[in-house]
This record gives sequence, structure tokens and C-alpha cells, in this order.
Amino acid sequence: MNGHEDDNGIVLTEAQKRARRSRSIAIALALGGLVILFYVMTLVKGPAVLEKPF
Amino acid sequence: MSLVSEGVQTRGRASAGAGVEPSLADVGDYVALMKPRVMSLVVFTALTGLAIAPAKIHPLTGFTALLCIAVGAGAAGVLNMWYDADIDARMLRTARRPIPMGRVHPREALAFGITLAGFSVAVLGLLVNVVAAALLAFTIFFYAVIYTAWLKRSTPQNIVIGGAAGAFPPMIGWAAATGSLSLEPVILFLIIFFWTPPHFWALALYRTDDYARAGVPMLPVVKGDDAARRQILLYTLVLAPLGLAPSLLGFAGPLYGVTAALAGAVMLLLAVQVWRERRPADRASRNLFAFSVLYLFLLFAVLLIDRGFGGMVI
Repeated sequence: MNGHEDDNGIVLTEAQKRARRSRSIAIALALGGLVILFYVMTLVKGPAVLEKPF
Repeated sequence: MSLVSEGVQTRGRASAGAGVEPSLADVGDYVALMKPRVMSLVVFTALTGLAIAPAKIHPLTGFTALLCIAVGAGAAGVLNMWYDADIDARMLRTARRPIPMGRVHPREALAFGITLAGFSVAVLGLLVNVVAAALLAFTIFFYAVIYTAWLKRSTPQNIVIGGAAGAFPPMIGWAAATGSLSLEPVILFLIIFFWTPPHFWALALYRTDDYARAGVPMLPVVKGDDAARRQILLYTLVLAPLGLAPSLLGFAGPLYGVTAALAGAVMLLLAVQVWRERRPADRASRNLFAFSVLYLFLLFAVLLIDRGFGGMVI
């Protein structure tokens, strides 16, 4: 199950590729969600968004 | 070969290959690291604190606050699993967690936990308010450092003091809505704080061997069953009347009062049964542990219904 190293570097097994793909999709979704959250919250807060939190 | 030894060996193999062996961890492993069941309880108690606060908060701001609190709680869970991987590998209940199973490398877990903690606190501070963010940061610190790294392995009072970490969420929810704190969230904090020892010691009573094998100085392991049973009763004697405090102080109605009185009476009855029970019987301990979960859920659910979402701007 483990990947092995050859002249081309580390070669991933199918299971490792699937796991990496699922992690990449999750990270993309999380980042996309964060962008949408900041965008919508900016609209909700209106001008108050310019107030410094500190 | 037992699950425990398998877990330890797998973990050792993963460690040996650190840095060169590609990870097999999928999204489910990372979700498991965040202790989703604990997260759900944290979100629920935080929602209650947020909903009963006498301040208007936009539903989306409320959602953002709860999301950050959930992720912050998840971060604390990840850091706990990272630090306690050696203990988890020795306990039957926890041996199949992602780190002891070798599916997530400890360094990956540490990076994941720190990232979640940083993002949750920063987003809460930027989008909701700084008071709530500071409380969330303190809660994560308290759980990961004070409880996990210090108290858990050093004193049988570990879950008494460490229980404060689990009691903070209603205060964070309240702070998210109001930007400040007052007596009401402190009462909710105290209810969870005094609920924690009977809850965890009831579990420890029928998992004593597991904790002893892992070297965790839980009260029944260090002081014996009788001391733990006595302490459970004493804490429940404080908890039952404390559960009535929201009604007595006027921030909950009669529905809550009746529920808290009845549920408190059942908690007390079960605690007395635990006090009278002797090993090897553990039925009373199991009953108390199971009911304690329902007790806390009932109190906060009824408080939520009783006070509703009157402060929310729809």
C-alpha cells in the first residue's frame, strides 16, 4: 500500500492518490467557503466592516 | 494480535517513515481527529448561550460565531489527540483513533490543529467580536495545554479543573452576541463545570482498568472506587440545585424550572445508586453516565426553547 521511490521520485499508489484527491477537494471547499463567508459577512456588516476590531 | 498492539505497531511504522511516506489519511480521518461528537455538544451549548443573550445579532453573524466555535473545539480535539496519541494507543476505547492507527502522522495532526485554532480565533475576532475570540483562544489553550498536557497525566482532579474547558462554550456564545459577559453565562458555565465530574467519573468507574493500563490518574484509579463514588454524589448534590439557578435568577421560565427539578432529582437518585453500588457491579455507573448526557441536553434544550431566539434579527 505504501508509495515507493524510483527515478521519477515518489510514486503514489492508487489508494494514496485517492486519499490525496479527497484531501485536496476538502481544502478547496474549505477555502471557497471561507471566501464566501467573508464576502457575505462584509455585505451584512455594511460600513461597520471598516471598524477595527482592536 | 490485539487492536492496541496493532495500533502501536502501525504508529511506529508511520513514524519511521516520517517525511517520505505519503499519507493515506482521507477526509474522514481528519474529521475524526476533531472529535465530532464533542463538537456537537459544544455547538449546542454555545447556541444556547448565544440565543438567550439579550442582544440583537444577525443570524449570519450567529452562524459564523457557531462555526468558529465548532472549528475551535475541533482544533482543541485535534491537539488533544496529537498529545495523547501514546495514551490513546493503550486504551481500548481510543486505540482505533487516526494517530494510533497510523493513518495520520502526529506532525500532520499538530499542523492541522494549530491551523484550525488560528483560523477559528482569527475569523471569530474579525467577523464577530474580539471578546468572543479571546475566550475561544483561552478555551483552546486551556483544553490543549492546561488539561491535556498538564492536568490529565498529573492529578486525579484532572477532569474537575479541565472540565472548565468544556464549560466555556455558552460564555463564548453569549459574548459573541453581546460583546461582553454577565451573570447568566457564568451560571451556565457553572452548570457544565459541576456536571463534568459525575459524568466522567461515572465512565471512569466502569473503565478503571482501561485508564489504569494507560497510566491516566483518574480518581477511581488513584483513590479507589469508594472515593470516586462519594465524590460523584457530592458534585451531584451541588449540581442538582445549581441546575435550578436559571429559573431562580429569572432568566428561565417555569418550563425550565420543572425540567431542571425533575432531571436533577433523577441525577441525584442515580448518583445515590452509584454511591451504594460496589464492584464488580457497574450498572448504576453506566446508568448515571448515560443519563448525565441526557440531563445536560435537556437543560440546555429547554432553556433554548424557553428563551427562544428572541434576540435574533431575522
